[in-house]
Amino acid sequence: MLQIPLWKRALILLICLSALVFSTPNLFYDRVERHNDAIAAIEAGADPAAVEAERSLWPDWAPSYLINLGLDLRGGAHLLAEVHVTDVYADRIDGLWPEVRDLLRAEREIVGNVRRMPSDDPGVLRVAVSEPAGLQHALETVRTIARPVQTLLGAGSRDLDVRLDGDEIIVTLSEAERLATDERTMRQSLEIIRRRVDEAGTREPTIQRQGVDRILIQVPGIGSAAELKELIGTTARLTFHPVVNVTSDGSAVPGPREVIYPSMDEPGTWYILESTPVVTGEQLVDAQPDFDQNNRPAVSFRFNPAGGRAFGLYTAENIGSPFAIVLDGEVISAPVIQSHIPGGSGIITGRFTVEESTRLAVLLRAGALPAEMTFLEERTIGPELGQDSIDAGRVAAVVAMVAVLAFMILSYGFFGIIANIALLLNLTMVFALLSLIGATLTLPGIAGIVLTIGMAVDANVLIFERIREELRTAKGPARAIELGYEKALSAILDANITTFITAAILFALGSGPVRGFAVTLGLGIVTSVFTALFVTRLMIVFWFERRRPKTFAV
Amino acid sequence: MRLKLVPQDTSVDFLGSWKLTFSASMVMMVLSIVAFFTVGLNFGIDFRGGTSIRTEATQPVDVGAYRSAIQPLGLGDVAISEVFDPTFGPDQNVAMIRIQTQEGQESVPPAVLDQVQAALQEVDPSLRFTSVESVGPKVSAELVRSALLAVGTALFAILVYIWLRFEWQFSVGAVAALVHDVVLTIGLFSVLQIRFDLAIIAAILTIVGYSINDTVVVFDRMRENLIKYKKRPLIDVFNHSLNETLSRTVMTSLTTLLALLSLFILGGDVIRGFVFAMIWGVIVGTWSSIFVAAVVVKRLGVKRDWSKTDAEKAGTQFSTGS
Repeated sequence: MLQIPLWKRALILLICLSALVFSTPNLFYDRVERHNDAIAAIEAGADPAAVEAERSLWPDWAPSYLINLGLDLRGGAHLLAEVHVTDVYADRIDGLWPEVRDLLRAEREIVGNVRRMPSDDPGVLRVAVSEPAGLQHALETVRTIARPVQTLLGAGSRDLDVRLDGDEIIVTLSEAERLATDERTMRQSLEIIRRRVDEAGTREPTIQRQGVDRILIQVPGIGSAAELKELIGTTARLTFHPVVNVTSDGSAVPGPREVIYPSMDEPGTWYILESTPVVTGEQLVDAQPDFDQNNRPAVSFRFNPAGGRAFGLYTAENIGSPFAIVLDGEVISAPVIQSHIPGGSGIITGRFTVEESTRLAVLLRAGALPAEMTFLEERTIGPELGQDSIDAGRVAAVVAMVAVLAFMILSYGFFGIIANIALLLNLTMVFALLSLIGATLTLPGIAGIVLTIGMAVDANVLIFERIREELRTAKGPARAIELGYEKALSAILDANITTFITAAILFALGSGPVRGFAVTLGLGIVTSVFTALFVTRLMIVFWFERRRPKTFAV
Repeated sequence: MRLKLVPQDTSVDFLGSWKLTFSASMVMMVLSIVAFFTVGLNFGIDFRGGTSIRTEATQPVDVGAYRSAIQPLGLGDVAISEVFDPTFGPDQNVAMIRIQTQEGQESVPPAVLDQVQAALQEVDPSLRFTSVESVGPKVSAELVRSALLAVGTALFAILVYIWLRFEWQFSVGAVAALVHDVVLTIGLFSVLQIRFDLAIIAAILTIVGYSINDTVVVFDRMRENLIKYKKRPLIDVFNHSLNETLSRTVMTSLTTLLALLSLFILGGDVIRGFVFAMIWGVIVGTWSSIFVAAVVVKRLGVKRDWSKTDAEKAGTQFSTGS
């Protein structure tokens, strides 16, 4: 056992050396971070010469992995949003109506007149026909618009459920289609949130899906959760509706298939609009802050071909009637159509400031969120509190370190020094691994590291105590060391595996800070077993081979 | 000159008065349960929902003035407490304000937060809000569920692992010790009314990890000695094993406590509750390895003749070659 093959020695040394190399950047955190930012800026298309000074703060060839600091250490905002995925069903169903209507109108001879009936559930389309005899035929006709669902899970099913309820035909999304729609809604929401946060230009935001309908957003460095909410929580749903009427009575009841929206600029004015929009913001391809002919801030936009065609057609047919531009349930403006607008571009004017028009353009460009969100959890941590925590954690870690090192030397003398070197290497390894896997260090994570300092010596203590015992039975020093390792092994493994089980469970079931803690604890266990079983053994073997002591004391 | 906290050959009769020590543990557990049901835990917003605001000012904290500033907003239950910490500078005055979940709201609406911050700033213009956290009732209910699930799963997984590696009696003993540690920690937090939040769950699971670590080391030695001394009475074998591992138990507990104490004193107030839980855990975890786990195994009795099963069990033992 005291013979360790050369390749094993080399491997152990190599691991220790790479731990040292990969943990070093964290000692120069600020410089390396600025270097990394500069590299990222160059990749994003910045002029390399402009950021050369920043970039040269750290050599390019050196490893530049850093431990991410969690929000509680760096400051920033954390939001947990729930996406109202069912909102989208109503939109889909609404969009079906014109198609259903046109289909049935073509069969007028059999089914008679077609009417859309009111429905309590916005996700259900109810249609009545005036000829009861044609009801079956109408049902068959409507069924033809259902298409197969293109998902793995919903193979073989269709996207719509069409059935009879009394003398009405009801159309709903099928279960498979709902799942597919939810999936799309979530992916779209994630993408749009990511784009909006990226436009705001913050460092390393975390945007993650959680569970079925939740999104976790963490943005370091942002002032407050309210600010973040404003940025991502705005639906930015832009629609263009025909105006039915203008009223000063906010409680006026709109007719069927009509909606009432307040004006954004003129308090006390409400617009009654047709609820089905002519075109929507989804058909926009570009939006830019601009100025109108009176030099007031405005937003100019351009539609895609389909949107441009619908827009052009509508403006040609409705010259002289007002047309409402609606953003998130408020009428920005309702200009009268002066002329046919071909080409699909236009300008939105309103009482904007320059900032507002710029922000609106950003939101329109990033696209509208497909559904609304509620925020279930929001946290803001100020940067100064984070800095305080880092400072306190650093001092505590150093003091803990010194205390443990001193205690080990006092108790085990020379072997204590070996254990201490192993302990320092152990911490280096934890830092290197945290940097390499890009883990996030949180405040409980620092506590996990400090705890690792305390517990890492355990495996060595087990071995040393065992060697002490074996020395007493006087089998000679080599044999005592050998037996010490051999007999301590099962205790070390059993004890650490059970602790590792708890760390793994914490990681799997925990959230946020608990997870950060589990990661440091788990890595700490792995590295401390490694250092105790291989590194200290190698050191003892080196020492033993040189000295060949006849006796020694632990 | 070596520091030797434990003399070389001790023969402490740990299990001699097991009735006394075990009853002491049982009484503590009962008291903890009583405290939990009468006083209750001081749940943080993670588990009960609501908003907590941390303020920092250069002027001294005036809890009364803060309270009367917030009262007119009609936000229901508002708890305000000043935070003291040796790491704070001379003009660093910190307070925590906790507002309950507002009726029918998933999280505190931003308008309300603005009102609270404006009202407080009127009392003390130097006030800064270093952290603002809101958790809705939906999430807090889920956090409670996942926390209970985490603790339950961890206990079960350990039960199974120890059962596979040792005998079922050891597994029962280990889990009894862990339940003891968890119950006592919850009891202490109830009595002292320290804020109980998500981080404390992490601390409890760490206590579980530490305690099991300690217990397994003792068990490992018992298993070894049971094979070595087939004829000696069970209680002697156990006492002998406990004495043999005593030095290691003391060393490891002390190094861990040293590290935790420095974190407790110097680590700042944000994690003090968390570290406190762990310090307590190291103490009860060490106690329970000896006076709960070992006692339970002794009472349940173990198979004395391990020779026959050695061959079968060989597959589950870790090989000891290098």
